[in-house]
Amino acid sequence: MLLQQLVNGLSLGIVYALIAVGYSLVFGILRLVNMSHGAIYAFGAHIALMVVTLEWGLVPAIILSCILTAILNVLFDRIILAPLREKKSTNIASLISTVGFSYVVQNLLMIIFGSERKAFPKLFDYGVIEVFSLRINSTQIFILLTSLIILGILTLIIYRTSIGLAMRGTEQNTRAAQLVGINVKNVITITFALSGISAAIAAFMVAGYYNAVYPNMGAQIGLKAFSAAVLGGIGVLHGSVIGGLVVGVAEALAVTLLGGAYRDATAFVILFLVLIIRPNGIFGKKETVKV
Amino acid sequence: MKKSNTIYVKLKEFYWKNEKHFISALIAILVSLYFLNLNQYFYRVLTMICLYSILALSLNIVLGYTGRLSLGHAAFYSIGAYVSAIMQVRYNIDFFIALILGVIIAGFFGFLLGLTTMRLSGSYLAITTIGFLEVIRMVLLSWESVTNGAFGIQNIPRPKFFGYELTTANGGIYLLALVALIASVYFSAALNDSKLGRNLRAIKNDDFATTMMGVNTNRYKVIAFTISGAMAGLAGTIFASMNRYIDPNTFNFDTSMLIVCICILGGMGSIKGQLLGALLLVSFPEILRSFALYRFVVYGLILLVMMRFRPQGLLGSLSTRPYKFPRGVKVKEEGIGGEPL
Amino acid sequence: MSLLEIKNLTKNFKGLVALDNVSIHVEEGEIVSIIGPNGAGKTTLFNLLTGVYPVTQGEIVFRGQRIENKSPQKIVQTGIARTFQNIRLFKEMRVIENVLVGDSNNINYSFIDLVFKTKRYRNAERESTQKAMDILESIGLAQYASYYAQNLPYGLQRRLEIARAIATGTSFLILDEPAAGMNPQETEDLMNFIKDLKGKGYTILLIEHDMNVVMNISDRIYVLDYGKLIATGLPHEIATHPKVIEAYLGQEGDEE
Repeated sequence: MLLQQLVNGLSLGIVYALIAVGYSLVFGILRLVNMSHGAIYAFGAHIALMVVTLEWGLVPAIILSCILTAILNVLFDRIILAPLREKKSTNIASLISTVGFSYVVQNLLMIIFGSERKAFPKLFDYGVIEVFSLRINSTQIFILLTSLIILGILTLIIYRTSIGLAMRGTEQNTRAAQLVGINVKNVITITFALSGISAAIAAFMVAGYYNAVYPNMGAQIGLKAFSAAVLGGIGVLHGSVIGGLVVGVAEALAVTLLGGAYRDATAFVILFLVLIIRPNGIFGKKETVKV
Repeated sequence: MKKSNTIYVKLKEFYWKNEKHFISALIAILVSLYFLNLNQYFYRVLTMICLYSILALSLNIVLGYTGRLSLGHAAFYSIGAYVSAIMQVRYNIDFFIALILGVIIAGFFGFLLGLTTMRLSGSYLAITTIGFLEVIRMVLLSWESVTNGAFGIQNIPRPKFFGYELTTANGGIYLLALVALIASVYFSAALNDSKLGRNLRAIKNDDFATTMMGVNTNRYKVIAFTISGAMAGLAGTIFASMNRYIDPNTFNFDTSMLIVCICILGGMGSIKGQLLGALLLVSFPEILRSFALYRFVVYGLILLVMMRFRPQGLLGSLSTRPYKFPRGVKVKEEGIGGEPL
Repeated sequence: MSLLEIKNLTKNFKGLVALDNVSIHVEEGEIVSIIGPNGAGKTTLFNLLTGVYPVTQGEIVFRGQRIENKSPQKIVQTGIARTFQNIRLFKEMRVIENVLVGDSNNINYSFIDLVFKTKRYRNAERESTQKAMDILESIGLAQYASYYAQNLPYGLQRRLEIARAIATGTSFLILDEPAAGMNPQETEDLMNFIKDLKGKGYTILLIEHDMNVVMNISDRIYVLDYGKLIATGLPHEIATHPKVIEAYLGQEGDEE
């Protein structure tokens, strides 16, 4: 039973990781927690839902979802956040804007699509495999594999391409990056695009796993993924991955040991503990105060 | 610096000179509404405007003064309401005592949240307050023996003031809410001009520098949350008696969002702004009934538009009014004005 | 016993040695300047002294007490107040309010006093405001009391920061580049003001780049370069010290 829950926990955890990475990417570059990440996650799911409802197929669904979610995220930065940066607004102004944007997106989804759960086809549903008395269904394998591949691609982009180098440079020191000729605006745009794509893919998989899409779906999972990102050290990519897996497994353990009612509280308890014991997370760096 | 419009400036100076009279007149008008025997619906709306003003004033202490975003203020609203309701329904305690208990316990939870979040800032703080709201909601939902769980608390009695029942129909609840609002405004103003208020505002201006001047910023952050929680709890106790029914979902994230919206629209840090914001945002869904569905989208848009184009909100610009020196302070120069150079 | 004694202070930032075995003492009533090229570690010294950075090696003794690693608030209470290299005023608060915050630890009344505006409250506010106005008058800022700090011209902002530090009630001020960005007249006024403070019994430790100021008002000077103390002495000694000249201008015969 425990092992079974662990398998379930890992497959959910990798999805948390994927969403957490979205938070980390934006935080790394802008030192801002994008509170609307959960909302655009939900947006991605709804785009996929629309495409599927139009009977264009699952592959077009995920592709269109990725593209449109990336565009929405980039527009959010260009239209709302970038002007605030130019004005040298306070951090709290940007934070409030992300909250506002989240609210707008979520409620528009509610108005357009209605707040009930809508059915989403199950992904890759070819049955269950039994391995050492563990039941793993094919959807979970699909999710695990896809997530690992996406995370792998992301890591490749960030650590092996010149774009990734530009991103890492900007993250370390925006001023210096500009001085060596990096187009910081583009870097930020790409970051938001990648963040949006990872959210859309995660949404697609969760929608497929639970067969449900609804406007509020980003809220709770967004919080869990945020906890995962903080646990791993927000801004650090591998931290988000590890954080996601830990949260997923911890949830599974909590369900096994304490019962299903405590599932959703786990992530929040983890967040709480991290903020009290080691706010920088496992892999996070301590920032020195500049006087 | 832009040239000041002299008529505008003269009007402002006229207002400042006679502020006490203006305020008394306003209070008189608001009180007279009670005597006008208005429709029950109007009294309800007026009461809600008063209550949301109080809530916004409470959030203003944390957000407007110390500059920290709390998205969980609905929790204090609900704690005040629940404590008051439970005291009255289960233990037959008089409303006014239940009110005091509600305020104290809400303030205590404000203290707890303040303590928990005193080292946090920005997003971490905001998310923790959201978590706090969730935790309170879950407790209210599951502690059935005390809170009646999902069924909520029904038939909350009407408050009795020396035997006279205060209802929405006779406008008594409105008067009660108005009195609470006046007290809250007075308190906020007193706070603003005091050492406590200055230190809170200093935290928003430059937390680090405030620390380096010897001020214990953590302590003040906790104090801010405590006072804020108590004030929001006050609104909750009155709401419970007006609505006569509350359940764990009455006070949710949307409520918190509305309070934040009011605070920001009106102008963070401005007392008048909170009142104006509440007036606008509570009456708007009533007036534009057909657009009520979109009101949440509007709240989100308000946050976006305000932060982008007018972060100080409607009334939150720095006042050009000369500083009010305490009586007895000897000042060499006459007429030390606040005009910018 | 010196008012302030810094002994063997060393500070490492992940491999970068910001301060290397620095020892400094300040006697009561002195004006002591710390000079050195940019990046020499001067502000780091101030930050260690005021509790911003943790002290891992060395001792700081103030009025006979060890104060290293005390919280910034405690350090202010023991009697050290500072200003900042990049002005850190409360921009959206009035000039008088900025000074009042400096004094806030010295006034005491309870919450109840506030709510009911008791005599205790009114007296405390009046005294504090009077004190603040007196400080502003002594520093030439009284007519700006109602102004918002952000609306003051640069030179006056620097003065306000000093006023705020004075308001904490300490007699030991540490000033981080107080003359930065000032025009000659403002600098002249500042020098006179600091000399006045000394006359009133204040002890002042300052970081400064403006050699005119340093040479004119300092009783003693310390010179830092790459975190090390390379010279100390009286102004005329420092002005002709070969190591100091080398640190600022490079070695003899170097072309820029």
